[in-house]
Amino acid sequence: MLNRFMQSRLRGLVILALILIILPAFLGNPFHYELVIQMAIIAATVVGLNLLVGFAGQISLGHAGFFGLGAYFTGIATGTYGWSSLPALVVGAVVVGTIAWLVGRPILRLKGHYLSMATLAVGFIIAIILNNERAITGGPDGMPVPALDLFGWELSTFGRYSLFGIEISGVQAWYILASVVLLAAVWFALNLIESPIGRALRSVHGSEVAASVVGVDTAKYKSLVFVISAIYASVMGGLYAHFQGFITPAVASFEFSILFITMVVLGGMGSTFGVILGAVVLKLLPQVLADFQELETVMFGLILMLTMIFMPKGLLPTLTAAVSKRMRKKAGGEA
Amino acid sequence: MLAEFLQYLFTGITIGATYALIALGFTLIYNASHVINFAQGEFLMIGGMATVSLTAMGVPMVIAVVLAVILAGVLGIALQRFAIAPAKQADVVTLIIITIGASIFIRGIAQVVWGKEYHVMQNFSTDQPIQVFGAVLNSQSLWVLGIGAVMVVALVLFFTKTLIGKAILATSMNKEAARLVGIRTQMVLMLAFMVSALLGSVAGIVVAPITFTSYDIGIILGLKGFVAAAIGGLGSGVGAVVGGLALGIVEAMAAGYISSDYKDAVAFSMILLVLFFMPRGLFGAKVVERV
Repeated sequence: MLNRFMQSRLRGLVILALILIILPAFLGNPFHYELVIQMAIIAATVVGLNLLVGFAGQISLGHAGFFGLGAYFTGIATGTYGWSSLPALVVGAVVVGTIAWLVGRPILRLKGHYLSMATLAVGFIIAIILNNERAITGGPDGMPVPALDLFGWELSTFGRYSLFGIEISGVQAWYILASVVLLAAVWFALNLIESPIGRALRSVHGSEVAASVVGVDTAKYKSLVFVISAIYASVMGGLYAHFQGFITPAVASFEFSILFITMVVLGGMGSTFGVILGAVVLKLLPQVLADFQELETVMFGLILMLTMIFMPKGLLPTLTAAVSKRMRKKAGGEA
Repeated sequence: MLAEFLQYLFTGITIGATYALIALGFTLIYNASHVINFAQGEFLMIGGMATVSLTAMGVPMVIAVVLAVILAGVLGIALQRFAIAPAKQADVVTLIIITIGASIFIRGIAQVVWGKEYHVMQNFSTDQPIQVFGAVLNSQSLWVLGIGAVMVVALVLFFTKTLIGKAILATSMNKEAARLVGIRTQMVLMLAFMVSALLGSVAGIVVAPITFTSYDIGIILGLKGFVAAAIGGLGSGVGAVVGGLALGIVEAMAAGYISSDYKDAVAFSMILLVLFFMPRGLFGAKVVERV
């Protein structure tokens, strides 16, 4: 009974939920909360990106472009035009999804890593536009974004809220929201993987030729998952903008795109929980390395290289493989 | 009118020649190992920065250049030997992330050693600009073009006339077959990275007097080189040269006639157009996909 539960696809989700419930006990101050909330939003983004990398075998070097476009769409729609947050997030997602579809549809017909070049280009173009259209975006100086507003209820990091009679601070309320969003993002991704679409996608990754021979429209499925991953990025970008209250074109930068894809590969391509670990590690690393001051960049590059050389499958898959090997050894020894 | 056009053309060809050399470096490594080497731009940075700091220490220019190129070459070999070769069974994507890690690492060291400031390098010959039909031509531009042309010719001779060059070509065409006829493919891969690093560092040195140099120039120059290689058709040597020159010229024209704010967007729009309408790039049509 317990065994069957442990093997079900809900296992990881339950463990993640438990971690998110216990975690606040270890969060001492608002800065910790802020860090974890950013982590959750970014983790949800890479869960979406992982669908593309892990299951369609394609990489995007411009996902921050989609993230940034989502952030700026939300910022401009709510800030400049006074929209409510929900329509801003939805329309932003539609716009970003459409751009992804227009780019992905022709390019994903081709074999090879052409999507990486196209996404690199799209990401850069978005970042350049955000930097230069000062009248709309505030240019390199960035722009303020109003607090999240859902059906007239405002969620500000500076506010105070009451949950079942317990008074909580704005960042704590945001923590709950970010946790729920991350769980929903993971839940959706896991379901997509187990759906007929997911099976078709895995067949594309396994052997594209074999997949197309058995009648899978590989280009269609690859574009679909690309659009889904772009929508993930757009929605998370919008939430990120609301949470931060201020955005600059850095959210759409190439460096940020590289960070996203690195999180996926470092955590473990194709492993939904692995990429969350990747996001956590890469978000924590600069905090840890801050002590090294000017050696921070050197250490970051070195750690990135060494991890990928010695754990090419990524952190979580390598760790779970090591643990299960150990357990099998133990079981073998007892028998 | 003509002067203005010529001015933009000179700028474009000069920077385009640099892009072409970077693109050739990409092509070389891509052909040999299917890795897109995101540390390519760092070879340019190393070339320029090492030359500047060595000359500042009183080393004569020529010796400084030679030492800088050797340093980059050693770095190229080290990158292949200690970062790419150990990760043999890794995915291509994983290898790409390793090169990104390497580029961050190299940039970090450069920042510690040389600081974050911009460094200026003297022109190789006179600082006196040359007047051509009213346009001003920096004498360094002639050096960039001349040395670029010499590098391309040397590369062609290397690949067609020497045994080592042919071994690299053979490995890039079919690694297993190359190994069967007795080519030490690991050695060849190291050589490919070394030659690629040499090309990069030379490009970095000749263009440094025009663009200045600093620890972080590698990122954008490397990317432009990658774009040039993609425009030409990733994997094609001719494509890399033509792609580089085309990118440089279009970029300079767009900056001059349209808007310099959107100069960098030109490169990335070009890559999209090429991918949409001639996905194999300008010269990539001969590439045969093996299943």
